[in-house]
Amino acid sequence: MNSQPTHLQPLSTQTKVSRFLMNWLLLTIVWIGFTGTFDLHELLTGIVVAGILSFMAIRIFTCCDLALLAPKKLFYLGKFIVVFLVALVKSNFDMARRVLSPALPINPGVVKFKSQLKSNFAKMVLANAITLTPGTLSIDVIDDTFYIHWIDVKSADPEVAFKEIAEDFENLLIKIF
Amino acid sequence: MSIMEIIGSFLVIVGSIFLFLGALGIYRMPDLYSRLQAGTKATTLGAMSVILGVGFWEPDWFLKLLVLVVFIGYSNPLSSHAMARAMFKKKIFPWTKEGGVDAYKEVIEPTGEKQES
Repeated sequence: MNSQPTHLQPLSTQTKVSRFLMNWLLLTIVWIGFTGTFDLHELLTGIVVAGILSFMAIRIFTCCDLALLAPKKLFYLGKFIVVFLVALVKSNFDMARRVLSPALPINPGVVKFKSQLKSNFAKMVLANAITLTPGTLSIDVIDDTFYIHWIDVKSADPEVAFKEIAEDFENLLIKIF
Repeated sequence: MSIMEIIGSFLVIVGSIFLFLGALGIYRMPDLYSRLQAGTKATTLGAMSVILGVGFWEPDWFLKLLVLVVFIGYSNPLSSHAMARAMFKKKIFPWTKEGGVDAYKEVIEPTGEKQES
């Protein structure tokens, strides 16, 4: 554990500005999504409100800064979303198969593995992705160790578990964050 | 019926089937954690699919509904993770078969030296 929570650590001006601009952009996109119009007045209100909010929330919205807009990262982000959606659909069919088969073929257990991801946000995204992939549910993350409830334990060995569960996602996330 | 309505109906039906399977999973699974698994996955895809289906019926709402889908996509796993962690902290341990693994139990109830956290 760090001595100070992340949102209290001092930030450089560059990080602040970069993060502020990225949050502004994201919030404006969400605003456009909710209003569903490009009407000038609506748009201006949205831009102003999003600007104020992201200024107030520099220390809270720590997810991303402008570096995320590099084409390479956007490409990997798109790839991540596709991989994630495929895994989500697969996991549902997997769950349907288990639920519908009379024998209930499950062998639950909790496994752990270590991840190389550094930033808290990337870890959160990985944990969420793991929860929605076939047969796994993330229980806790302590530093860099993930504890995963696995409905069909194939191996208790951390490395094998990591390969089965998280490798695809982590390789993409390392390139994004 | 237009193409959009057909796609929309299809998505809504698929979503409801998955939601039903999720309910069935909650009924059939042996312990809290497995139930949570069935619940989370089925409700995420089910709700996403139903919402997107409505979006195809009413194209004006599509952007709004897309924002909702993204929101469900990250809030649903977060809440299930919070529940699983809270249950572990309350020392409710998962059901395992004979010789099953439970790596997290050691964190909650250290067997050897006492850990402080």
